[in-house]
Amino acid sequence: MSQVHVTTKINGDSTEYLCDADETLLDVLRDRLQMTGSKEGCGTGDCGACTIILDGRPVCSCLVLGAEAEGRSVETIEGMANGEELHPLQRHFLNGAALQCGICTPGILVAAKALLAQNANPSETEIRYWLAGNLCRCTGYDKIIRAVQSAAAEMRGETHAA
Amino acid sequence: MRYESPTTVEAAVTLLANEAGKAHILAGGTDLLVRLRSGFIEPDLIVDLKRIDALKSITMESDGLRVGAAVPSAMLNEHADAVAGWPGVCEAAILIGSTQVQGRATISGNLCNASPAADSVPAMVAARAIARISGPQGMRDVPVEEIATGPGKTSLAKGEFVDSILLPKRAPGTSDAYLRFIPRTEMDIAVVGVGICVTVDKTGTCTAARVALGAVAAKILVVEAAAQALIGTKGDEAALNALAAACSAAATPIDDKRGTVAFRKEIAGTLAKRAAKIALSRAEKNL
Amino acid sequence: MPLDRDPADRTYKVVGHRHNRPDGIDKVTGRAKFGADLAAPGLLHGRILRSPHAHARIKSIDTSKALALEGVKAIVTAADFPDHPQVLEDGELTNIRYNVMAREKALYDGHAVAAVAASNPRIAAKALKLIEVDYEVLPHVVDVELAMKDDAPILHDHIRTEGMEDAPDCPTNVAERIELGYGDVEAGFAEADVVIERQFRTGAAHQGYIEPHACLANISGDGSGDLWCCTQGQFMVRDVCAQLNGMDVSKLRVTPSEIGGGFGGKTTVFIEPVAVALSRKAGKPVKIVMNRGEVFRATGPTASSAIWVKMGCKRDGTITAAQAELKYQGGAFPGSPVSMGAMTAFACYQPKTLKAIGWDVVTNRPKQAAYRAPGAPMAAFAVESIVEELAHTIGMDPVDFRLKNAATSGSKSAYGPTYSDIGLVETLEAVKAHPNYAIKLGPNQGRGVASGFWFNFGGQTAVTLNLNIDGTVALSVGTPDIGGSRASMCAMAAEELGIPYHHVQTIIADTGSLGFNDVTDGSRVTFASGLATIEAARNAAKVLCERAAKIWGIPADAVTWENGCAVPAGPNAGEFPPMTIKELAKKAGETGGPIAGHFEVSADGAGPSFATHLVDAEVDRETGRITILRYLIVQDAGKAVSPAYVEGQMQGGAVQGIGWALNEEYIYNDKGVMENPGFLDYRVPVASDLPMIDTQIVEVPNPGHPYGVRGVGETSIVPPLGAVANAVAAAVGARPEELPMSPPRLLKLMKEQAQPLAAE
Repeated sequence: MSQVHVTTKINGDSTEYLCDADETLLDVLRDRLQMTGSKEGCGTGDCGACTIILDGRPVCSCLVLGAEAEGRSVETIEGMANGEELHPLQRHFLNGAALQCGICTPGILVAAKALLAQNANPSETEIRYWLAGNLCRCTGYDKIIRAVQSAAAEMRGETHAA
Repeated sequence: MRYESPTTVEAAVTLLANEAGKAHILAGGTDLLVRLRSGFIEPDLIVDLKRIDALKSITMESDGLRVGAAVPSAMLNEHADAVAGWPGVCEAAILIGSTQVQGRATISGNLCNASPAADSVPAMVAARAIARISGPQGMRDVPVEEIATGPGKTSLAKGEFVDSILLPKRAPGTSDAYLRFIPRTEMDIAVVGVGICVTVDKTGTCTAARVALGAVAAKILVVEAAAQALIGTKGDEAALNALAAACSAAATPIDDKRGTVAFRKEIAGTLAKRAAKIALSRAEKNL
Repeated sequence: MPLDRDPADRTYKVVGHRHNRPDGIDKVTGRAKFGADLAAPGLLHGRILRSPHAHARIKSIDTSKALALEGVKAIVTAADFPDHPQVLEDGELTNIRYNVMAREKALYDGHAVAAVAASNPRIAAKALKLIEVDYEVLPHVVDVELAMKDDAPILHDHIRTEGMEDAPDCPTNVAERIELGYGDVEAGFAEADVVIERQFRTGAAHQGYIEPHACLANISGDGSGDLWCCTQGQFMVRDVCAQLNGMDVSKLRVTPSEIGGGFGGKTTVFIEPVAVALSRKAGKPVKIVMNRGEVFRATGPTASSAIWVKMGCKRDGTITAAQAELKYQGGAFPGSPVSMGAMTAFACYQPKTLKAIGWDVVTNRPKQAAYRAPGAPMAAFAVESIVEELAHTIGMDPVDFRLKNAATSGSKSAYGPTYSDIGLVETLEAVKAHPNYAIKLGPNQGRGVASGFWFNFGGQTAVTLNLNIDGTVALSVGTPDIGGSRASMCAMAAEELGIPYHHVQTIIADTGSLGFNDVTDGSRVTFASGLATIEAARNAAKVLCERAAKIWGIPADAVTWENGCAVPAGPNAGEFPPMTIKELAKKAGETGGPIAGHFEVSADGAGPSFATHLVDAEVDRETGRITILRYLIVQDAGKAVSPAYVEGQMQGGAVQGIGWALNEEYIYNDKGVMENPGFLDYRVPVASDLPMIDTQIVEVPNPGHPYGVRGVGETSIVPPLGAVANAVAAAVGARPEELPMSPPRLLKLMKEQAQPLAAE
């Protein structure tokens, strides 16, 4: 089986890799590019732990073939902070104890970032439905929802940095 | 396994027609990849439609709105004309899976999976949507209800695929609605799904109706008796009860991990009433 | 270890304040390494072949075709786990060995049968399809009550019912009968004005941690090596894996990765011994990562149950008799948590007479593992349902009814021992005073209350604290951090040493670097590793005082530790300016060498934690769908070291309980095959299913911990099943007796039983 050669942009950097035709983008990120921030919780698109942003839309990278990424733009959790400077969502998750074990956290942060990119002031209900595909088993979601709300408020300039 | 991403419909048809082994279409991939990874399918060729520009667009044509096979549910719901004109189809499409899945999943894919529980299909059937099929013999248009022949089985011949779906233009006073029942608020497969499209006249009387049920039979069910129960009425309680009874009677579901026979039959009626009310009120606004 | 002093006199500088966790940055940036995130040069990928049958004799396994596939490097079967004496001496170890690799029979759908190591996961998957297993399919049983029948298919020929004097000497699926109680329940029922009994059933729930089990074994040619894995107990993994593979325990070092949820489900092994065996055979590192289907089919869900409860009370609310018979199936091996179910069932109350009988039953399901307060939630569901019904029947407020009968500090517990200081009454009073208790409900809405208890555990614990050259502290603990415990350890060490929180860094040590620790279970970490941290810090402070005394040339006992400095103990000790930890650290080399403190203990005195939950629910009467409108948790934390993480434990446990109550269950088809091994149809709550979860922490200090800490992790899953059921019962006028209350079940119940609603 010959491999597929892919050139794509990951977190703004041009990246090339070879992958099997039936290999998922999640496996490429994790096993070939050592970007293990995206997690596999189910492999069937039911848990959201592998969420990335593909050409501007949040998707489950377990449901994308590595070969499909040719010429596209991929954003992962590894690209969310700017050097030492955390994204407001990351900061509010940390300060608000919105993570316990942390396995769902990268996927939720990426999904929440995509939400705030298209809706700067989502209601609690909108946040809950947007994140319905991101399972968290530790927190009961309460502190996650609050962290998204407070990060959004800061990003709208209503509050100072936490 | 090979992966191909042709840039024209013709090239896709050629690839599919020439493949000696098992070939599968990749549109959104949200079902295909699950089946691939579980070993349920072992394709020799996967043809990705997402590099074909024509299939990535939503176009208003003279006879309706054409939705390309590579258009994800999220994009469909960002299209103002689609949401205004076919709210039932759009709301069904945006119930499929999670936000992440909606960024990939397509109504054409939903149709061709041939699942009896597919959310968008009862809504499309109620809307009398037409699937455009490309294949080695050229192009043909068929009503969406003729695509699935049973769970996981379609009427598509070798080399054929659905390249787009036409949502036919609507008469004034026409609208639709889709409701499904799931145990949670999100992320489940429909236990029952109901798509209803109605037309009302200036008095608010229903002049045409089409009712389609999902997840209560091996295929999406069109319930003519349910439509008749609405036609000639203004959606009063008696009419809605008759509609519900017709839906419950028509349903021939199974007991499974998602629901029982008795539950599904009853809920088919309950949801039909609720969906009809929404569709009727939307239709009146379209007069 | 007793409480230091009256908590009213004590102010904390670090403990009880909100701090960011030390592992937080790595977890929000994707840098944290979980079980599946590890790699090694030359890595092979392991996959496990699993039985498609619920019960089948394995007549033969032919691996020759799989071995011939290019890229396949090793295959193991039961033959690779031979009869090492240390295994045969230990019944539970023998069961674990059978569970990690089926021997003469496959005992459940998903039971491991063989394993492959190959150069990539896709080749490993192909190889599995080439392994030929000849099965003789046998009759199966997955229901607890059917498994108890005389003509039930028998799983193990050697099982006889323990705990029964007249048990017949023939094979059975009933592994044990237990009984506890006091007084004459019949007399108690005779004294009662109201007696209510019901039969309840609960489905099997899975912990549902989002991280599948994963491990990486690297065993050298000399039979020694390393294992990295996500686990709640690296020492347990080391001991079990070494023994199953016939290795000296000293030859295996286990390093715990970050752990993506456990809830009890990672307190045992499944894939780890197999990875060790494959790595040894292949001579290369081998990684095994379960997929979600494997997690559901072949790890350790909790027991399903059938529980009969009968209780009687007087018109004044006094419970005169409490009786229960609990039947738990714990999967294919003995060990269901039925004894804990029986012990906890009535632990919130002081019934005048009590009798509880429990049956531990084996069935063709995966071997159960601990799940957050194992055995307690289902028993509490049954008892709290009856308690609520008794209260309504005699026209008493359900909280008042519970207060009337509540276990109190110094009362004798229903399961035997006398309680120390406990906080059940405080939680009930807080619920009653909470605004949620007074909110007016609308149509089809109901309010439910339930209380819950969990023992909590201490256990073997070792902690080491080392002072760095700059006065900061490196703390090593041996209990994996499953919910922010490193933050609490940092806080307690900082509190003791009088230094800032961020001057302490806590790591979870590998098995080569620290003494034995029991697994992270029994809500024990903040309590046990916490008190060991406090004692280790005190030992280090003692050394610091000795060093200061040496520098000052005064006796060691003339120096004391205050606010991060050594100071003369009193006016007679001499006049010396305080010497900071930083100064002492810098001089350590000249004053006697590295400064450290350590502590090893079998910790006693883990105080139980009680909680009361209050829930409002609304029912769609046409579909049976339940919406949780609001939810309040009040729980006793003793002393909340990290309040935000205490709240998180309370909220997470409650939501797991809500899931169990509403939709989560193992569904089997008529072949005994699990029908819903995925998050699509095993329906854990999603964000849009829930409201905010209100919390209130009560602090009744645990007399067994220097700061009064008691574990909080488990109690929170005990009340929700009953609380939600009580709310639903109030909303629809019919009592749910079976969990989950899935819409088809609730709609059926309403059709059969629902009464027109009386006004709340």
